[in-house]
Amino acid sequence: MKFAIQINTSPYHSSASLTAFRFASAILAQHHEIFRVFFYHDGIYHALKSAAPPDDEFSLFKGWSELAHQHKIDLVVCISAAQRRGLIDENVADGFRLGGLGQLLEATILADRFLVFG
Amino acid sequence: MTKRFLFVLRKPSYHGVYVQEILDVILTTAAFEQEVSVLLLDDAVFHLKANQNAQNSGCKNTSTLFEILPTMDVNDIFVEMESLLERGLSVEMLTQPVQLQSRATLADFMAQFDVVFAG
Repeated sequence: MKFAIQINTSPYHSSASLTAFRFASAILAQHHEIFRVFFYHDGIYHALKSAAPPDDEFSLFKGWSELAHQHKIDLVVCISAAQRRGLIDENVADGFRLGGLGQLLEATILADRFLVFG
Repeated sequence: MTKRFLFVLRKPSYHGVYVQEILDVILTTAAFEQEVSVLLLDDAVFHLKANQNAQNSGCKNTSTLFEILPTMDVNDIFVEMESLLERGLSVEMLTQPVQLQSRATLADFMAQFDVVFAG
């Protein structure tokens, strides 16, 4: 099955961000496809290149980057939400890219299931 | 491909930039020529309350942003009746016409849509 995922919450605001990551990992492990993950509202903070959590904590930033490379997932950060919050292209972490709401819409139209976290 | 979208708004007015950003998605969806409906639930019923005066709060009066929706052919605005009544509001106090949905029928109502967009 083809999934599209939207993440609206920042990495540390609630458990939704970790739940989203674990959900994505679980569906990939079951050989489903993730068409796109779209980071909107405060979800854009997942793409901060300069984030440096302590070594003994799980890093969602690194987690998503690795998942994107491993499974060739398209991680799109909303450009207008990012600009509003001061995230510019040069500060976007590896594996993420900036994109528009059209890419969110394309994902919701083409996916079999669309899930929103946060 | 055309899908039927239901945007479910639950957060109140002036909750950060939530309403501005969710309206951007709604308008983009309409621009993609999808079928768009909006449901105001819980504190989101305050979005359409008439006579909002945001002037002294440092916020933008976001109720006027909803006036754009009909120009993009988004005419199906639903409000959960109980959410409205529990907050002391009535349809006469809103800025634009809405269709009421009762809490009891909400699950069946949502089941008609291809995409329920949780906002």
